[in-house]
Amino acid sequence: MGRFVARRLLQMIPVFLGTVTLIFFMVHILPGDPVAAMWGDKAVDPAQLAAFKHARGLDQPLIQQYLDYLGKLFRGDFGMAMDGRPVIDKISGAFPVTLRLALLAFAIEIVLGVTIGLFAGLRRGKAFDKGTLVLTLLLISIPVPVLGFIFQNIFSTQLGWVTPTVQDSMNLGQLLLPAIVLGSLSLAYVARLTRTSIAENIKADYMRTAVAKGLPKRKVIGTHLLRNSMIPVVTFLGTDLGALMGGAIVTEGIFNVKGVGFELYHAINLKEGATVSGFVVVLVLVYLAASLIVDLLYAVLDPRIRYA
Amino acid sequence: MRGASQAKWVVAAVAVALAATACGSNGASSGGGSSTGAVNAQGTFSYQSSEPQNPLQPANAMEVGGGRIIKQLFKGLVDYDPADGKLRNQVAEKIETTDATNYTVTLKSGWTFHDGTPVTASSFVDAWNWSANTKNNQINSDWFSDIAGYTDVHPDAGDPKAETMSGLKVVDDTHFTIQLTGPVSYFQYKLGYTAFSPLPKAFFTDPAKYGQNPIGNGPYKFVSWEHNKAITVAAYDKYAGLDKPKNGGIVFKNYTQPEAAYKDLVSDNVDVLDQVDPSDLASYKTDLGSRAVDQAQGAIQNISFAMYQDAWKPVDKAKVRQGLSMAIDRDTITKTVLNGSRQPANSWVAPGAMGYKDNTCGDACKYDPAKAKQLITEGGGVPDNKITIVYNSDGGHKEWVDAVCNSIRQATGVECVGDPKPDFKTSRDIIKKKQVQSMMRTGWVQDYPLNANFLRDVYGTGAAANDGSYSNPEFDKLAAEADKATTVEKTAELYQQAEAQLAKDMPAIPLWYYKTTSGYSNNVQNVKFDSFGDPVFTQVEVKQK
Repeated sequence: MGRFVARRLLQMIPVFLGTVTLIFFMVHILPGDPVAAMWGDKAVDPAQLAAFKHARGLDQPLIQQYLDYLGKLFRGDFGMAMDGRPVIDKISGAFPVTLRLALLAFAIEIVLGVTIGLFAGLRRGKAFDKGTLVLTLLLISIPVPVLGFIFQNIFSTQLGWVTPTVQDSMNLGQLLLPAIVLGSLSLAYVARLTRTSIAENIKADYMRTAVAKGLPKRKVIGTHLLRNSMIPVVTFLGTDLGALMGGAIVTEGIFNVKGVGFELYHAINLKEGATVSGFVVVLVLVYLAASLIVDLLYAVLDPRIRYA
Repeated sequence: MRGASQAKWVVAAVAVALAATACGSNGASSGGGSSTGAVNAQGTFSYQSSEPQNPLQPANAMEVGGGRIIKQLFKGLVDYDPADGKLRNQVAEKIETTDATNYTVTLKSGWTFHDGTPVTASSFVDAWNWSANTKNNQINSDWFSDIAGYTDVHPDAGDPKAETMSGLKVVDDTHFTIQLTGPVSYFQYKLGYTAFSPLPKAFFTDPAKYGQNPIGNGPYKFVSWEHNKAITVAAYDKYAGLDKPKNGGIVFKNYTQPEAAYKDLVSDNVDVLDQVDPSDLASYKTDLGSRAVDQAQGAIQNISFAMYQDAWKPVDKAKVRQGLSMAIDRDTITKTVLNGSRQPANSWVAPGAMGYKDNTCGDACKYDPAKAKQLITEGGGVPDNKITIVYNSDGGHKEWVDAVCNSIRQATGVECVGDPKPDFKTSRDIIKKKQVQSMMRTGWVQDYPLNANFLRDVYGTGAAANDGSYSNPEFDKLAAEADKATTVEKTAELYQQAEAQLAKDMPAIPLWYYKTTSGYSNNVQNVKFDSFGDPVFTQVEVKQK
């Protein structure tokens, strides 16, 4: 187990380095000069432009800038954004917000998705199962922005239960509606995955044995059936947490949540290399950590899987 | 001053894309709720804003997100009356000149910064010297280029040779003199720009730290800056200016999506809107009733000719250009494609600026397909019988560029297509490198409400924003004369004559003026907008709850 984790952690290093390198150069390939863009339509003052670039080290060759960035990154310094604020400040301001939103969406999709999937799988072919299939199909086919606008319209403009946008990005109660919107697509996938997995495993030999042993129904379903059926669901959830964090741009925009999406959107617009790279680096770390946890969970869920 | 308005439009374009699949807003319309209630003079209100792109230093705010906050925190020697754009003295008691080159400034006494220190002559001189210095990386540092000694602190290359400009001299606490490199009669108009604000002693000890926690001398003092969320300012009770706040303070609330801000306005969660998003333009007047705002702004949209291309150089091509202008049905396009958010233009200067003259473009800006065809034929036809219009596709311009092209095609049979570039930066790069084949989208937002700003800075030979490389000796001569005039009135008049040259040559086709399409909530009243499109913050009254 320990060796497995160590090996996985070592494997992360090239993945991490590769991603950072790719993102750094991709941001620089974008057309246009981010410093000149600070002047907008106005005539750029070449003297000031040169002085600004020199002050920020942007007049260095690209490869030198890359090495500088990498060097700083390993010392925990994410560099400086165009507006003179350290990127780390932006990261520490935005990630707690998005983390709350993503975790809330994550919790909703696990609790609702697994429950719905479990009951649908147990009652395969019945009305509840068919209803679940239709509902999840609907959720999968509606794009997130549309769902966002519909919910915003129904719950704030029509019913007046909530304000149309989030007034305080750190308030969990206010984040509930955006979280439902954000989690709805994954909720549908989780429900469907659970349903199929349950429906398959219910016919397995160990299930027949468990029933034959005379175990109570709760234990048969809870310990034997559900646990074994969770493997595909956990695989999906592992990658989904990262997707929720990085993919909240649209939802954050609709509900005016000041999270990662908000910062990334601005940074990409202004072609701010340091900010974009910084945020992506943290997102990559989240992905890597989530996938490691998923692999470890396999062993917990299925005793047949062992890591040496 | 285009940088941020561009960012604003980018957001707008995204909102359009999103809204195309969504259902419209069913906002409760409150129809004509402008009853004047009791006013709470201590009440605060919120405004739809965006995160400043730079630290809050007066010479470092070119985009609107930071600019409009700086405007509330600082007050310079003069400012513009929001009602008519006329210049009025604020910190200055008087500014005297006899030759438009040497100015003597007398300050009023009684002005203080928010930390209690007095505003003196050196508050201005030190601030300007610091801001002009290339080392200090202020975006607006070239605003000081008229002042003698500017090249010492702001050389074209290399490090500055001096810390101060020789043209600025402190006489005593309430007097200082300004010497310019040459006569600039509307220099006083320039002084109304925020870059010329005074700075307190506290600034110079740590400008970077100050930029996060600014101390000004304006109607509002800084309270807090929660990055990406909001900036809060409160009325300054010792404010000595003409425009004392009628409210207790402002919360500048950040939005990425104008759609979200609009929904918050309709439900009274934000009090004053910056701009109504494009998808709600059609319905905002019914949603808001008398709380809807619709007025002209000091900004114009043009399409300009690449005058540096040989094909446009012959003299008789002016007729072709006029013909093309007459082939554009501005009335229909502004009403339909732009949902009434623009006002058809008939001059090169936006209304609201001093020296604006109605209809300087004359018949050439009126839709007349028959005359258009005739003029184009007389001028020897459009080169290759084809026009392309370079524009940035991230700013919501596609719809109207296509409409303009359709109009030209149908009226004259000239082939016309838009040439979209992926984003603003890319299109600017192509335009700046003079690689445009026939036409390009250009626009101008006033820096100060005077016609000179719309003319010399855009059409003067070699002017930095002269994207089409237009050059007319007569225009330049009149502009030079206007700059030497000793009164602003005379300057404005001479620039009107210069504008007449544009009508003859048509280097750029004026399309329409921008409008402020905005609104306010049920919590506030007396919300007026100036020609910059900003609300007159000090005048806003918060209703008693």
